[in-house]
Amino acid sequence: MRVALFITCLVDNLFPQVGESMVRLLHRLGVEVMLPAGQTCCGQPAFNSGYAEEARAVGATLLEAFAGADYVVSPSGSCTGMVHHYFPELFRGDDRAARLADELIRKSYEFSQFVVRVLGVTDVGACFPHRVTYHPSCHGSRLLGVRDEPQQLLAKVRDIELVPLPYAEDCCGFGGTFAVKMGDISTAMVAEKAAHVAETGAEVLVGTDMGCLMNIGGRLAREGRPVQVMHLAELLYEGVVLAEGRRVG
Amino acid sequence: MSGIEQVREVGPAQAGAAESVAMRPAARPGAGGVQARARAALQDEFLRGAVRFTTDRLRGRKQAAAEELGRWEEWRERGRQIRAHTVEHLDYYLRQFVDNLRAAGAKVYFAVDAHEAAETVAGIVREKQGRLVVKSKSMVSEEIHLNHRLAEDGVEVVETDLGEYIIQLVHEAPSHIIIPAIHKTRGQIRDLFAAAGGEDLSTETRDLAAFARRTLREKFLAADVGLTGCNFGIAETGSIVLFTNEGNGRMVSTLPRTHIVTMGMERIIPAWADLEVMANLLPRSATGQKLTAYMTVITGPRRQGEIDGPDELHVVILDNGRSAQLGDPAFQPVLHCIRCGACLNVCPVYRHIGGHAYGSVYPGPIGAVLSPLLRDGEQYADLPYASSLCGACFEACPVKIPLHDMLVHLRQRNVARGWVKPAERAAFGAFRAVFAHLGRYRLAMRAARILQRPLVRRGRMDARVGPLRGWTQSRSFPALARQPFRERFPALVAELGPAGAAGMESAKARPIGEAHQQAAMRGGQPNGVSDPAGPAGGEHRG
Repeated sequence: MRVALFITCLVDNLFPQVGESMVRLLHRLGVEVMLPAGQTCCGQPAFNSGYAEEARAVGATLLEAFAGADYVVSPSGSCTGMVHHYFPELFRGDDRAARLADELIRKSYEFSQFVVRVLGVTDVGACFPHRVTYHPSCHGSRLLGVRDEPQQLLAKVRDIELVPLPYAEDCCGFGGTFAVKMGDISTAMVAEKAAHVAETGAEVLVGTDMGCLMNIGGRLAREGRPVQVMHLAELLYEGVVLAEGRRVG
Repeated sequence: MSGIEQVREVGPAQAGAAESVAMRPAARPGAGGVQARARAALQDEFLRGAVRFTTDRLRGRKQAAAEELGRWEEWRERGRQIRAHTVEHLDYYLRQFVDNLRAAGAKVYFAVDAHEAAETVAGIVREKQGRLVVKSKSMVSEEIHLNHRLAEDGVEVVETDLGEYIIQLVHEAPSHIIIPAIHKTRGQIRDLFAAAGGEDLSTETRDLAAFARRTLREKFLAADVGLTGCNFGIAETGSIVLFTNEGNGRMVSTLPRTHIVTMGMERIIPAWADLEVMANLLPRSATGQKLTAYMTVITGPRRQGEIDGPDELHVVILDNGRSAQLGDPAFQPVLHCIRCGACLNVCPVYRHIGGHAYGSVYPGPIGAVLSPLLRDGEQYADLPYASSLCGACFEACPVKIPLHDMLVHLRQRNVARGWVKPAERAAFGAFRAVFAHLGRYRLAMRAARILQRPLVRRGRMDARVGPLRGWTQSRSFPALARQPFRERFPALVAELGPAGAAGMESAKARPIGEAHQQAAMRGGQPNGVSDPAGPAGGEHRG
């Protein structure tokens, strides 16, 4: 199975440990991962701000990079959602690009989607003895349709104490450039989200999109709250390592 | 549909907020941009508390009402189809509607814009020598600023929807499509009524509603003209359908001798059978009610032998920018809207800034789309940015209007028309120049890793400088990693070796959806076999 990693610009530059956890975990699930070099970004920052031309030029790097892959997996529901939801209109009118976009849509998955739907795995053998709450990201759930997969994976983790996040489906206020352009509104939104996270008493906030997590995490850090923010792949991989350590011990 | 509901909704938590009656002047259209208005609204804890309280209730009720009905997605899809079909063939249905209205004895007027509509209504009132006009809730009357126009003629206009009555007392505009006074607390309302009536009142719903009823009843009986909106116009019979909860719509449309309806030109459904779908979708989406308390159907004025009803029925049909959306694939669906307000109730932006911060008659996600479309120009061009594009509005919409997509398309329109700041255009030009080319991307990231150094403390950036200020004013920003993932990857692959060899059995490719089946077959089976329960099984604890 040839799986290409769509690493996303955010994880590439800000959160390489998320990509690493994902690769290590997929490797243990029997998946060999490649990293096509030409990819940079899906173009979403420009697209969502109304700059379609700019987004098209940037998003096109993905079309070429993944042309040869059987599967494309990404640590972001938002970036995958951009491909699935907006690439058709972005590349309409350019036959070759439109065809590549269509192929990319059919073979690309967000991480938890890939593990559950394609690999058919919900139990990765992890153990994570902590109090954890989960934030479902808007683009992953609403644009891409990732609904239960992250919870299915979390439900099978041993010793985890999963606590529901109040108002979980409410946006955290990230929204890409929205967070800067409408900083005050975004702040009110993330402050409420951080308060709900704190309310759960969770030690760890887990999610599937680093954009949202860096927003909520940045707020939690500013408030001095001792909540650790983790991508689902990080939590699962750390849990697998822990489980193995216990098994050996 | 708002009044009693409104008072009941404002909870005991806010009952003590008496001193707040200090009527803060509401943000008005044009008063600075949406950012400035939002900043002011965010300072208003009464407003935010009241909006949170009521939208929470409405969300919960809507969900319960949708579940109670069952097969909600199918109802939504049917609703979408009806609205899409009607708007697609609006010329046909509008003509049929108007022919049938006239056949039933109504007088029909078309108004190209808000000014013409307001003048038309003012003309009818003048001709009828009306001195007192009673109104039930109508967003179109707000859109054409009708109260203001009638006041110029010395006509007394009384809002009889309880929510509208409340905000009329404070000279504000509605801050919600369905719940006009959603931003007022129970305590504020009590104090308003007490001041208006010169009497002491409790914050009990019963007392507040009774006060409004006493006051308004006299107005109903004395009014010369009744003014309503129209929730749905049924083309096949030329009937006007009103959904109300307080009964005021019936008073207004039957007691005065003249009844004037103002309605948007898109508010049509083809047939009575379609009303069933709308009667299920609208109240459930708006307030979580299975049915509206009063569904009133008016077909023409009072006929010979009938006891109730006005002598004359006038219907003013408004375009005001609507027809400009017809034929535009990106924006025509905005005309599908049935004005339920569900998108407001789930919007995380509306939740924090309320309705007035939008500075337009229509607030919330639908307002951020509709306002810049109805009035083409720069006045409302900043509204589409007041959204994180989370998509909650689309998910809540009973007729599936893709508001989140339309917000993006409106931003594209701003870019195309040059209604953006030069610095923003330059920034995205730079984004393109760098991110469309791998070499430049790597180079730029390397430079950024060096440039960030003076700002990084303990792996975070908190300095409020440059374009980051909007972010760092309230949260930390993570530092760029010392080594990006793509530079770590080769070493990682070398360390890991072939897949499945790291001490764990590998999973079997087991696609679930049909769409994945073929792809998975092509991908073949990885080495190793696992049971469906997972590779680690149960006995794994040491």
